[in-house]
Amino acid sequence: MTATLPEPRTDLRDVTRDDPSLRRFLHGLAGVDEVGAQARAASLFTRSIKTTAKAWAIDMAIRMVDLTTLEGADTPGKIRSLCAKAMRPDPGDPSVPPVAAVCVYPDLVGIAVETLRGSPVTVASVATAFPSGRASLATKLSDVREAVASGAGEIDMVIDRGAFLAGRYLQVFDEVVAVKAACGSAHLKVILETGELVTLDNVRRASWLALLAGGDFVKTSTGKVSPAATPPVALVMLQAVRDFAAATGDVRGVKLAGGIRSSKDAVRYLVMVNEVAGDRWLGPDLFRFGASSLLNDLLLQRHKLATGAYDGADYVSVD
Amino acid sequence: MTRFEYAPAPESREIARLRPSYGIFVDGRFRDGTGSAVKTINPATEEPLAEVAEAGPSDVDDAVRAARRAYADVWSSMPGRERAKYLFRIARAIQERSRELAVLESLDNGKPIKESRDVDIPLAAAHFFYYAGWADKLEHAGFGPNPRPIGVAGQIIPWNFPLLMAAWKIAPALATGNTVVLKPAETTPLTALTLAEIIAEADLPPGVVNILAGGPEIGEALVRHDGIDKIAFTGSTEVGKIIQRTTAGTGKRVSLELGGKAANIIFEDAALDQAVEGIVNGIFFNQGHVCCAGSRLLVQESVADEVVSALRLRLTTLRLGDPLDKNTDIGAINSAAQLARIRELTDSGEAEGATRWSPPCDIPERGYWFAPTVFTGVSQANRIAREEIFGPVLSVITFRTPAEAVEKANNTPYGLSAGIWTEKGSRILWFAQQLRAGVVWANTFNRFDPGSPFGGYKESGFGREGGRHGLETYLAH
Repeated sequence: MTATLPEPRTDLRDVTRDDPSLRRFLHGLAGVDEVGAQARAASLFTRSIKTTAKAWAIDMAIRMVDLTTLEGADTPGKIRSLCAKAMRPDPGDPSVPPVAAVCVYPDLVGIAVETLRGSPVTVASVATAFPSGRASLATKLSDVREAVASGAGEIDMVIDRGAFLAGRYLQVFDEVVAVKAACGSAHLKVILETGELVTLDNVRRASWLALLAGGDFVKTSTGKVSPAATPPVALVMLQAVRDFAAATGDVRGVKLAGGIRSSKDAVRYLVMVNEVAGDRWLGPDLFRFGASSLLNDLLLQRHKLATGAYDGADYVSVD
Repeated sequence: MTRFEYAPAPESREIARLRPSYGIFVDGRFRDGTGSAVKTINPATEEPLAEVAEAGPSDVDDAVRAARRAYADVWSSMPGRERAKYLFRIARAIQERSRELAVLESLDNGKPIKESRDVDIPLAAAHFFYYAGWADKLEHAGFGPNPRPIGVAGQIIPWNFPLLMAAWKIAPALATGNTVVLKPAETTPLTALTLAEIIAEADLPPGVVNILAGGPEIGEALVRHDGIDKIAFTGSTEVGKIIQRTTAGTGKRVSLELGGKAANIIFEDAALDQAVEGIVNGIFFNQGHVCCAGSRLLVQESVADEVVSALRLRLTTLRLGDPLDKNTDIGAINSAAQLARIRELTDSGEAEGATRWSPPCDIPERGYWFAPTVFTGVSQANRIAREEIFGPVLSVITFRTPAEAVEKANNTPYGLSAGIWTEKGSRILWFAQQLRAGVVWANTFNRFDPGSPFGGYKESGFGREGGRHGLETYLAH
């Protein structure tokens, strides 16, 4: 919701005409009161999700996972293992749904695509000089093109936080537009790196900027900066996609990444999605968790719910 | 299941340790009152919870006599540091039994367990902790070098926050060396009587605290009683006026915390998402059974449509139902009488031409329930803009300039609280000076803390409870 919220289906192209217009628009968005946002997020986190609701939420959360490995030490073997797990998270239980995607560095996209061929799991690749984004636009775009050419269906880009914090909004906007063009038919997730934007006002502005530039998802973090996804940040980003949809009719997604490790937190975030954005966002097409260890906890909790017994960490595969 | 349906998550009723019958607590002992035996009911189901043997006139005499004796013999002369030990003990015991008290409160009152668990009970304990800290520091409180207690306090409390109001009354009175006779509301006596158990287990000297369950006639007997030195009352303005008349010329000290019709004022530059939360918290917290509820939304015309549509969207996520379910946001109306009053006033709102709206929500068949309701197109002259509804009903009024907002906010016989929402700090300070209200919240609403004084202007009463100021109404100086 914004102080200058346009009428539904408003054409927002004018606001990105030049730097002053974009600045006026972003600074005209309603402010975010940090204390109030934290209180709201905390109160949503007190919802008690039990039994059938918990089982539903755990399966939904599994379907929303972007199973991620973004290490310098990643190997083809590790990627294949991750892909196997993505398609069949629990080898002993075929009722466990596959995750949404695996998320890897561009040079490993080809191996992931090959391993996942024929499965519903897509390959996401970070690009644009992830995680710092400190490279020329040409380098960033070639990074994107390489990932797309190797078969990535989703691109996770980082914005230029330096430009954003300096107030050069149009530069950030133009970069996202260029990356979107380079993606072709691949979906674009725009990483805001909210831990470096610091204020919730900035999170709201950056979210709108990314949505205006054509990002299919806004994503919290690279996972390389702390804090990563936090409840108030998730709240503000969910409000942004909700309000963007109300204003333009375009429904975009949110991806939370970094720091979400427990089923309990995942379920709490689903409550937030449900009550802040709405149940339309409760699906992998519009909401994702970028995570590595979260999947194992979801599997353990799922098994615990089904059998009453908690297996312990030795009964799930460590990647 | 294609949608995220929250499964029931009820707190167990057994935790409340309900007993079939309750009595009164006089001179350190539990006994049946000599008045009538009445059933206290669960407003969510209309089922009786327990029988309460209420106090009769002779019990009032006994209680006042016991309180006087305890005052003269023990409590008024006990060093503050010793009184503090008892208060700390009571505070800890409330914490230890917090789950039991929360469930009991929700059963007897109808409020959602998340509120009794997260607000009422923790704040009640916090009040005892806070005033325990003052007990040995009274000479430094700014009321003279040797402030003295007043004597025996008669305390009459409402049904909206039963245990919390008991704590607000008892803690400062005891910290300052007074003894008390407390009368809980007739529809919600159970947590006060459980507090009596805690007090007995804390080994408080007999007679320092006496608790008389009973109806208005017991309250009246307390107000008229010659052995009472001070009356502290929280409740309706109507009864407050009667108390004021009755005590005139008797030398009794009086403090009154009465009704309200607070303005919650939203400026166009506010953080609107948080303002919407503040509106919801302001009027739908505790079903609107809050004297300081933000029952009048004053919203700047330039953002009125946006705020109202965002508010409606938000209200569709409120969950009305079983007060013991941990996901319930809106519980039951406390009594049939209160429900009738809410209905009468909301009907008048429609008759006077305001537009009524409620989110779609299933109302349980049994019990007393009222859906969250928003009136738009309300004028200052409508009854729903002037009279305290004490229910989940919001009246939306628009304004164009800050001066108009001040005028409308102050245009009420009440003056308990107000809220202001703006990102402009200077405007907050200017507004707080203009508003005739005891509490002004800036960018928040319904925040309570034992360190913060609370009380009204005009027909919302006088005297302050909470904070250092809360000591003053129990001190002769």
